Amino acid sequence: MLKINELKASVEEASILKGLNLTINPGEVHAIMGPNGSGKSTLASVLAGREEYEIEGGTVDFDGVDLLDMDATERARAGLFLAFQYPVEIPGVSNINFMRAAVNGKREHEGLEPIKGKAFLDMVKEKAKLVELDGRLRNRSVNEGFSGGEKKRNEIFQMAMLEPKLAILDETDSGLDIDALRIVSEGVNAMRSPERSFLVITHYQRLLDYIVPDVVHVLVDGRIVRSGGKELALELEEKGYDWIKEDIVA
Amino acid sequence: MAYDGKDKVLEELTGKSYEFGFTTEIESDKAPAGLSEDVIRMISAKKEEPEWLLQWRLEAFAVWQTMEEPNWPHLNYQKPDYQAISYYAAPKQIKQLNSMDDVDPELRRTMDKLGISLEEQKRLSGVAVDFVMDSVSVATSFKGKLAELGIIFCSMSDAVKEHPDLVRKHLGAVVPTRDNFFSALNSAVFTDGSFCYIPKGVRCPMELSTYFRINESGTGQFERTLVVADEGSYVSYLEGCTAPQRDENQLHAAVVELVALDEAEIKYSTVQNWYPGDENGKGGVYNFVTKRGICHRRSKISWTQVETGSAVTWKYPSCILKGDHSVGEFYSVAVTNNAQQADTGTKMIHLGKNTHSTIISKGISAGNSHNSYRGLVQIMPSAENARNFSQCDSLLMTDTSGAHTFPYVEVKNPTAQVEHEATTSKIGEDQIFYCLQRGIDAEQAISLIVNGYAKEVLNQLPMEFAVEAQKLLSISLEGSVG
Repeated sequence: MLKINELKASVEEASILKGLNLTINPGEVHAIMGPNGSGKSTLASVLAGREEYEIEGGTVDFDGVDLLDMDATERARAGLFLAFQYPVEIPGVSNINFMRAAVNGKREHEGLEPIKGKAFLDMVKEKAKLVELDGRLRNRSVNEGFSGGEKKRNEIFQMAMLEPKLAILDETDSGLDIDALRIVSEGVNAMRSPERSFLVITHYQRLLDYIVPDVVHVLVDGRIVRSGGKELALELEEKGYDWIKEDIVA
Repeated sequence: MAYDGKDKVLEELTGKSYEFGFTTEIESDKAPAGLSEDVIRMISAKKEEPEWLLQWRLEAFAVWQTMEEPNWPHLNYQKPDYQAISYYAAPKQIKQLNSMDDVDPELRRTMDKLGISLEEQKRLSGVAVDFVMDSVSVATSFKGKLAELGIIFCSMSDAVKEHPDLVRKHLGAVVPTRDNFFSALNSAVFTDGSFCYIPKGVRCPMELSTYFRINESGTGQFERTLVVADEGSYVSYLEGCTAPQRDENQLHAAVVELVALDEAEIKYSTVQNWYPGDENGKGGVYNFVTKRGICHRRSKISWTQVETGSAVTWKYPSCILKGDHSVGEFYSVAVTNNAQQADTGTKMIHLGKNTHSTIISKGISAGNSHNSYRGLVQIMPSAENARNFSQCDSLLMTDTSGAHTFPYVEVKNPTAQVEHEATTSKIGEDQIFYCLQRGIDAEQAISLIVNGYAKEVLNQLPMEFAVEAQKLLSISLEGSVG
């Protein structure tokens, strides 16, 4: 599904990713953990196609195509979804209209006609159930006046609507209370399938109690320095990152 | 900073010529260039006007000659040579028409191109259209149906002939001839426009709509519109404009007067899309408009405008809240792109007790354009418990465009409550990226964001107009983010 080879990227001349390698097979859930500033969110932004990031080397293969060759819209339409750490507010644009534009963009890419009104509303209803996103939030302006938890639920709702091949969750657990965390995680788990992969970026092991990963990676200073099973996350929780850093130095 | 997609769109669209830039070949009956008493006499004679109106024009001309074109707006343009303009042009065919079949096929085609064929308007939307081409109304529909209710909706020329008392009573009562340079000029030379009268207690059952179109090279248009809503009546009036592409500046100095008598309500909506000039500002319409309404007791006037066209815009639709408990509203979206300049806003003059006014202004500046909001809220000593709320937002699409706000507030009564909010923001890269990441292309992303930003104003427009206005905003800003 995703094969990242020796990826190097910088922002404003500061080198952030320094030769990152990562392979995610279809149906797998990978978690990336790491200290602040290690490049976790940069990785998410680079994969999603944010222009401020300069690609300095490496390749990214996404389901058989060169990801780095596509612009952000094309990547999204090809099935890459990013759940934002800080979802953006768009005043005056209703969530529903926003999603309709997004769904139709994807359909256009697939050579389909724009979705009919009734079919779209049925789909909205069905997907909203996953994360308990009520009608009020569906009709409000995109993320405007949403609480932290509502914003994150809205991200997962959007993910469900767009049915991506690869979903990147960028610190989706930040700012969530325990109930919201449960709702969001259940939404994600309901979407797990043999064809869909996830890349879960998080600081805390807590999220991984709910979304159980197949592989856990540790990102330090722009490189993946250690990979393991879900027990690696527990070890990190207990010991922090310093022992890994010391390991690398040694 | 810029996205590749956007750059591509920008290239494609800046090369795109003005969509409505076609002209109609109809011979016209045109006055020689220049303005003098003789020209005014000729206009008046051509229009078979009564003596009082000729005298009124001549007085206005005398006043105009003593006035100077205003320099205070935040605008930079070559002042027109008023002696180089022809002040009268009428399509040759001006005889009375009984049905659409009698209309010149060339005119019909023009209307079709504008997407406002009368049949379609009649059939689909039930809108009565008074189509103005070069100063003389050529077709008016729905007259019969309106007449049953006693509503008068006709050209100003017809009104002068058929309803002289009403016209004489109200013409110039809200915007006096000496009000300003452009209103004086308009009073001297106006050739046509619309007149609307809603009788006591009548609720006009349809949106009244007038399409203006400048069509004769080198002729200015001097429209005169008068809407009188008698006690307890209601009317919603729509004004929409497109102009053909021209390589010389075209002057438009219209005057619109609204009179809302006791407990009446007038909703006046404008979508303005005149030729803005090329990307360097060459050509394009100069739009110097005086719009004002007077509110009597418990009446309400609501101005809504979506301004996307013209090279230079100078326009301040205003309300004089004379009667107690009267309400004035102003909702505006002004878009400027390339080298366009707009200095627009409103004046709310509170005279009566418990008068309320609301101002919502949304400026959008793209390209190298400059967009200014200029507003005056004046609470006079007699206006006990007056209230005003003003919100002026500016959205910048580029680093090279400018947004300016000139809010004037004068409060002469201590019981007044005046609130003013203003924001300026640059269109968010984060917002655009969020849309892109959801698979929405750059152009559509900008359209969504801008329409969302202007929603409060667009919501004020009647349905069919709102859809048109949304499209217009998108077209005006295509590929404009940098």
